[in-house]
Amino acid sequence: MFELLGVPPQALFGQLLLGLINGSFYAMLSLGLAIIFGLLNIINFTHGAQYMMGAFVAWMMLNYLGIGYWPALLLAPILVGLTGVVIERLLISRLYNLDHLYGLLLTFGLALIIQGLFRNEFGSSGLPYQIPQSLQGGYNLGFMFLPMYRGWVVVFSLIVCIATWLIIEKTRLGAYLRAATENPALVGAFGINVPRLVTITYGVGVGLAALAGVLAAPIYSVNPNMGADLIIVVFAVVVIGGMGSILGAIVTGFGLGLIEGLTKVFYPEAAATVIFIIMIIVLLIKPAGLFGRTA
Amino acid sequence: MRLKGLIVAIAALFVAGTAHAEMKVKIGVLTDMSGTYADLSGPGSVWAAKKAVEDYAKMSKGVTAEVIFADHQNKGDIASTIARRWFDTENVDVIVDLVTSATALAVNEIAREKNKVAIVSGAASSDITGSKCNANTLHWVYDTYALANGTGNAIVQTGGDTWFFLTADYTFGHALERDTTAVVTANGGKVLGSVRHPFPAQDFSSFLLQAQASKAKIIGLANAGADTTNAIKQAAEFGIVQGGQNLAGLLVFITDVHALGLQTAQGLIFTEAWYWDMTDENRAFAKEYAAANSGKHPTMVHAGVYSSVIHYLKAVEALKNASDGAAVVAKMKEMPTEDKLYGKGTIRADGRKIHDMYLFEVKKPEESKYPWDYYKLRATIPADKAFRPLEQSACPLVKKS
Repeated sequence: MFELLGVPPQALFGQLLLGLINGSFYAMLSLGLAIIFGLLNIINFTHGAQYMMGAFVAWMMLNYLGIGYWPALLLAPILVGLTGVVIERLLISRLYNLDHLYGLLLTFGLALIIQGLFRNEFGSSGLPYQIPQSLQGGYNLGFMFLPMYRGWVVVFSLIVCIATWLIIEKTRLGAYLRAATENPALVGAFGINVPRLVTITYGVGVGLAALAGVLAAPIYSVNPNMGADLIIVVFAVVVIGGMGSILGAIVTGFGLGLIEGLTKVFYPEAAATVIFIIMIIVLLIKPAGLFGRTA
Repeated sequence: MRLKGLIVAIAALFVAGTAHAEMKVKIGVLTDMSGTYADLSGPGSVWAAKKAVEDYAKMSKGVTAEVIFADHQNKGDIASTIARRWFDTENVDVIVDLVTSATALAVNEIAREKNKVAIVSGAASSDITGSKCNANTLHWVYDTYALANGTGNAIVQTGGDTWFFLTADYTFGHALERDTTAVVTANGGKVLGSVRHPFPAQDFSSFLLQAQASKAKIIGLANAGADTTNAIKQAAEFGIVQGGQNLAGLLVFITDVHALGLQTAQGLIFTEAWYWDMTDENRAFAKEYAAANSGKHPTMVHAGVYSSVIHYLKAVEALKNASDGAAVVAKMKEMPTEDKLYGKGTIRADGRKIHDMYLFEVKKPEESKYPWDYYKLRATIPADKAFRPLEQSACPLVKKS
């Protein structure tokens, strides 16, 4: 078959598929960030730490309580989401009237504290978490061997992302949320409890991060630094997609995963930087991001 | 009369002062406290340095030492800044540990410039006693040549003659790939290709895919710490071993095996310089280490920091002076080494400490009888064969006859 720039098609398709899998992590994480920023105007730097907490809660449930992967997929996001609710009520809600930067500093500080605490307790080498029995093994697709678990990650992330987008764009609850960001006073006048909506939204965004963490636990090592490495890339994804746009976050997440996968084939040394180069280009041409609305 | 008495008293005070002249030195542990390599060095190395100072004080009161530490975050520029500040304004005499080859090479240069001492236990690059050697630096525990020699030789001789490298894209990875390539080709093997991954990396899937496509029998992991454990875990996912290829962990520590779990790590073969379960002294040290470090067990780097600090203090006491770094290092090379962890050894002209290296294999889960019982000994490589021979050294300090 044809060779593209010296790369056989098998290698290319394999890398594209892997890029899609990475993209699903980027999409889920940037979805949570986009929701929190779009609806609450908070730059949630704690997102990486909450992703890490999701993975650790899943690990702790398995090792201390014997609770396996499938229940953890539901319970860990709920638990971590609850901690998010507590953080929002106690700390973040005091900053709504202030500049974005205060929220950024607060959440950044929280991220450092949470990571430090986990590192103190668990070390930084990482802890093992097995892929659940039913998802082990893989399919030989001819051009590559696709582990079943990774295929599951792509499918599940797509479902979660589309479901979240549908809820926010097409349901009444989503409509309340969107209205509450545009004009909280007016929405409050209609009898809707705006602060509670905001708190729940933050909790849901955090829960999405934790869900990504549980998905990541079997394939990336469960270590306290896992969020810090990923969050920078995810921020770039959100900025490229447009800070408030849910659809932008999902599409950009998957798209950038694909582009990163391609870079790994042709010039692997640049794999870590290509997303930032794209971010610079996008910001120069369209500062609000690809799907963003100028305020 | 009274004036004479006063003069005698003052003179006596001076004499008394010099008689009790105790030397004080300051030891700086410059390490990775929180990143990829924190478990194999990090806070454990700080503990080991303090323990060495404590144990030395029981042997002799001639030198007292203060131990400080800092986190270089595996970055050469941060390590340089800290080293300069320590040497210039904080009176640090010697810097130990220095994990991550990029930081070790940077700090070695600064130690030479300021005529202080740097003893590398953590970093691996054989260039530290090769082309980048100097009179103020010692390389204590292991290097990329010894790893390649031990692991590379063993694997090629059991039939692994085609290789593909997964290399961490910085000086350590390049050095390890270079030295292992030399061993593989010297034994009649072939290197089919290599790919460089960013340091540190989380996701190895695309690099492993390229390794699979190369059809090499052995995939050499020229990386360490969390990079190695991630690569091994993800290789298991992609069915690399079922597909007929084998992984060669070129630098693996006991903390990595612990992070992987025996189920995944069993059968891995690699070279190390020290294992906690080999002698009673080692076991006692490991027990104290575990009590102070949440149950974790010491790696060869921690043992190396202990051993190097003990020998440094001995040399400083023998010289009675710690201010001339090159003189201290020369004294350390002159005196044979001996401590409870590494036993007897020597240091060569190029700054390389010589001791036996060991080829270990990771036990199967059913073979492990107690916590951290992970290794079985496959072979011992004697000290004179383990490291690069002096005749082949690129170090300018080595006089070639």
